[in-house]
Amino acid sequence: MKIFKDAGHLFRLASVFLVGGVLFLVLRGFLVPSSFGQYGHYRGNAVKEAATQPISYAGHQVCESCHADILEVKSKGVHKGVACEACHGPLAKHADDPASVQPAKLDTAVLCFRCHEANLAKPKNFPQVVSAEHSGGAPCETCHQPHSPAIVAVAGGSQ
Amino acid sequence: MNMTRRQLLILLPAAAVAWKSILAGTPETSPNYNMTEHWWGMLVDITKCIGCGSCVRACQMENQVPDGYFRTWVERYHVSDFDIENPKVDSPDGGKNGFPPSSFSDGKNFFVPKMCNHCADSPCTQVCPVGATFVSPDGVVLVDQKYCLGCRYCVQACPYGCRFVDPKKETAQKCTLCYHRITKGLTTACCENCPTGARQLADLKNPNDPIHEFLKTHAVQVLKPYLATRSKLFYYGLDGSVR
Repeated sequence: MKIFKDAGHLFRLASVFLVGGVLFLVLRGFLVPSSFGQYGHYRGNAVKEAATQPISYAGHQVCESCHADILEVKSKGVHKGVACEACHGPLAKHADDPASVQPAKLDTAVLCFRCHEANLAKPKNFPQVVSAEHSGGAPCETCHQPHSPAIVAVAGGSQ
Repeated sequence: MNMTRRQLLILLPAAAVAWKSILAGTPETSPNYNMTEHWWGMLVDITKCIGCGSCVRACQMENQVPDGYFRTWVERYHVSDFDIENPKVDSPDGGKNGFPPSSFSDGKNFFVPKMCNHCADSPCTQVCPVGATFVSPDGVVLVDQKYCLGCRYCVQACPYGCRFVDPKKETAQKCTLCYHRITKGLTTACCENCPTGARQLADLKNPNDPIHEFLKTHAVQVLKPYLATRSKLFYYGLDGSVR
């Protein structure tokens, strides 16, 4: 073949490109994760990995499955919509092992005023008090039971 | 180590298979969750927010968010009726410990909880140079913690200021809409712990989700609608002064 006379350098160049191309494809096969492109231009397994994080807040349904007595009291009061862990803190560990992990004792002086301390920016229909003036230093639970906070008249005497 | 050519040739494919499985990973799956059946968003009722910071604390506990960084936070707005274009905004420690008494006595005062808007057309996912952040098939904007380089492009791109780079891990962090919870049928930590129900997780693909009734009967708004990010964080009672 006349046209390929003295064309050895072209074949050498082409083989370099060929080897380079094959090397690229092999490396790509090794380095690109198998789940890449499963849902889009990202590693598909990253979605599942995001779902593996452990849970801290068990959710009120879990609490209610054991503490039905508290649910009974709570469902009749204005705090019926407040989830247990909003005050009691994250207790998934307690739900997993109720015997050995016990919830901490709560301080109403801190907890109640997180929500009920008067603030101009709060909705006007939300019950608010100025803590310094409201109870004269007495703890909230003297008059209010946190699970159903409305004050009920005690039969035959003052509180 | 002495190894014959034969042994090496046997070992090489075995090593390749092992490496492949490392790349693939073995994540734990939620067996009953089908991501094509969901399209997540959230509803925030500003008229119910009392600025207690329960959502901020819950988020930090649930997701081990480092101190001084926030995946969700609460802002307090003061809008003077004489200057509605320039609201005064404060958010001491993200509103984590509530808010001190207001120093204003006039104008409008209200709280605005903020977090990732989980935009369907999110600017943050478009700028990632390594494909480490994305909108999942169920509409949650997530970060691939193994692939994120910590380059901060996405932090700059988010118009709502919802991302940060973790000081220890050096990867971008953001609200995952508690993906580990919602895939197991739970609500997010912030919604679970909101005492007034101001925040509600919404599944827009579920026709029985109360969000649909709410969207039909209420005037809702998203933040910065002119950016056309198709935000899925719907606000009820949002004031025009909120940025």
